[in-house]
Amino acid sequence: MIKVENLTKYYGYNKAVSNLSFEVEKGEILGFLGPNGAGKTTTMKMLTCFMPPSSGRASIFGFDIQKDSMEVRRRIGYLPEKTPLYHDLKVKEYLELVARLKGVANTSIRSSIERSVESCGLEQVAGKIIGTLSKGYQQRVGIAQAVINDPELLILDEPTLGLDPRQIIDIRHLINNLGRERTVILSSHILPEVSQVCHRVIIINKGILVAVDSPENLRERLKKSSIIRVKVRASGDPGRISEIISSLEGVLMTKIQHADEETVSLIVESVPVKEMRDTIASVLVKNNIGLLEIYGEELSLEDIFIKLVTKEPA
Amino acid sequence: MISKFRAIYLRELKYYFHSITAYVTICIFMIICGYFFFSIFRYYNFISLEIIQSSDLSANINLIDGVMRPMFSNISIIILLILPMITMRLISEEKKQGTFELLLTFPVSDTAIIAGKFFASLTILAIMLSLTLIFPIMLMIFSDPEMLPVLSGYLGLLLMGASFLSIGTFFSSLTSNQLVAGVSTFGVSLFFLVIGWAAPLTGSTISTILAESSILVHFESFSKGIIDLKDISYYLLLSLFFLFLTLKSLESSRWRA
Ligand SMILES: Nc1ncnc2c1ncn2[C@@H]1O[C@H](COP(=O)(O)OP(=O)(O)OP(=O)(O)O)[C@@H](O)[C@H]1O
Ligand SMILES: [Mg+2]
Repeated sequence: MIKVENLTKYYGYNKAVSNLSFEVEKGEILGFLGPNGAGKTTTMKMLTCFMPPSSGRASIFGFDIQKDSMEVRRRIGYLPEKTPLYHDLKVKEYLELVARLKGVANTSIRSSIERSVESCGLEQVAGKIIGTLSKGYQQRVGIAQAVINDPELLILDEPTLGLDPRQIIDIRHLINNLGRERTVILSSHILPEVSQVCHRVIIINKGILVAVDSPENLRERLKKSSIIRVKVRASGDPGRISEIISSLEGVLMTKIQHADEETVSLIVESVPVKEMRDTIASVLVKNNIGLLEIYGEELSLEDIFIKLVTKEPA
Repeated sequence: MISKFRAIYLRELKYYFHSITAYVTICIFMIICGYFFFSIFRYYNFISLEIIQSSDLSANINLIDGVMRPMFSNISIIILLILPMITMRLISEEKKQGTFELLLTFPVSDTAIIAGKFFASLTILAIMLSLTLIFPIMLMIFSDPEMLPVLSGYLGLLLMGASFLSIGTFFSSLTSNQLVAGVSTFGVSLFFLVIGWAAPLTGSTISTILAESSILVHFESFSKGIIDLKDISYYLLLSLFFLFLTLKSLESSRWRA
C-alpha cells in the first residue's frame, strides 16, 4: 500500500507539486493524468527516491521514502520519462547489469533475466545492441529493467510516449499483464489509454490534485447534462415531435438537427440523474411515431479532462 | 555493497574497451612516451660519451638521474593532459543521457557509484603506466639501473594520477557538459601542479604552505627512490578530498534535480 501525504516540491520559488495526498491499494493500476508541467514526473521522482520532497511525506509498503529509501528502492521498478538506457550494451548485458545493481541474488540472475525478457517480449532482440533497436523495443527494454527485480510496485512515466499506434497497443497489453500481480502507477497524456488500463485515475493540474476516482465514476460525476440522440420516421410536422419530447419532465431542451422527407433527427438534452431513453421511447410509440434510433452520448474522458483542468465558470 | 561496486566498476571498464576510447587514449599515450624516451636516451648517450672523452671522473651520471627521472616528469605532464579526457565522461555523460537519474533510484549507495567509477578510471591509468614499464625493462637489458627509484617513481605516478582522476570525477559530477568537466579538471590539476612555483616568491610560512600543497613537490622524493609517508598521505588526502566533494555534489544534485 502506498500513502502520500501533503507531498510538496519547490524548484527554487516555483512550486511544482503542492500538498498532494492520495493512497494506492495493493494490486491497483493507478493513472496519473495532467497537462504538461502538471507535476506528474516530479511526483514520480519523489516516490522513486530520486529526489526528496520539500515537505510532506510518502510511504511505500510501510517504508518512508526518505528514512528507508533503500528499502523503498529495493521494492520498486521505475521507467523514467525519456527511457534512459546504455546504448552500447546488448539487451541481456544491460538487464544483467540492472539485476546486479538492484541486488538480485547471483543465483537467480539468469532466471530473472529470462523471466523479464519473456514477459516483455524481447526474446528476438535479447542479443542485440540496445542502440540499434526501434523505439518500441527500447521502451520494452526500459520496462524489462523495471521488472527485473520482480518489484511489488511499478512506476511508469509516460510509457507510451513517442510510440506508433501499434506499439502503443502492445505496450498497453504488456502493462495490463504486468499489472495482474503488481501495483502500477503510470502517467499519461493519452486519455483513452488511462481509462482502458487503469482502475483509478488521479487528475492533477499545476501541482494541485483536481480529482481522484475510477474512470467510470469520473464520467458520471462530470456529466452536467446527458445528451440523447433520437432519430424517428418523418410523420407530418417535425416541430410536433420536438414538442412532444420537450413536454416530458426532465428534458431541458430539444433541438432538431436534421429533417427530410423520410427521417427526423433530434438532440435531446436532459438532467443527468434520470435515465430518459425509455420514457422518450414510450411517448413516441404512444403518439405513433416510428422510432428508428435512440442512444445516450457518453462524455469521453478527454472531455472530462478538459472540463476539469480548464476552470470554467461553474 | 561490494557486488554493486563491482557491477559499476566492470560496466565502466567495459565501456572504455567497447568504445575505442581506451585504445586511442592508450595508443597516443604510448606514442608520446616512446618519443620522449628515445630522445631522452639519445641525449643521455651523447652526454655520457662526452664525459668519457673528457675523462672527467668527478662527473657522475647514471641511468636513473639521466633517463628515468626526466622520463617521470614527462609522464606526469602527459597524464595531466590525458586523464581529464578519461574522467570527463564518467558522470557527465550519464547525466546528459538521463541514465544517471535511473541509477540514483536503484538500491545502490552513492559511495558505491563514485568508487566504481573512480576505480575504473584508476585501472585505465594503471594499464597505461604498466605499459611504460617497457622503458625501464629496456634499460635493464642493456645495463643495470637501480630498481628502487624506478618502483617508487611508478608508485608516485600512480598516486599523482589518482589525484588527477579524483579531481576529474568531481568535475564530471558537477555538469552534464563533458567539455566543461574536462577543461575544469585540467585547469585545477594544473593549478595544483604549479602552485609550488610561487613558493620562492613569498614569505616563509606561505612559502611552506604553497610548497606542501604542490603535486610536484611531493613527487620529488618518489623519483629519488624515497618513499615518505608524508608524500603518500598528501596524495591520498587530496584524492579523498575530491571524492568526498563528489559525494556531496551527488547529494546536492538530488536536491536540485
Ligand atoms: N529540474 C527542474 N528544475 C526546475 N523546474 C523544473 C524542473 N523539472 C520540472 N520543473 C518544473 O516543474 C513543473 C512540473 O514539471 P513536471 O516535469 O513534473 O511536469 P509533468 O506533469 O511531468 O509534465 P509533462 O507532461 O510535460 O511531462 C513544471 O513547471 C516544470 O517547469
Ligand atoms: Mg513528465
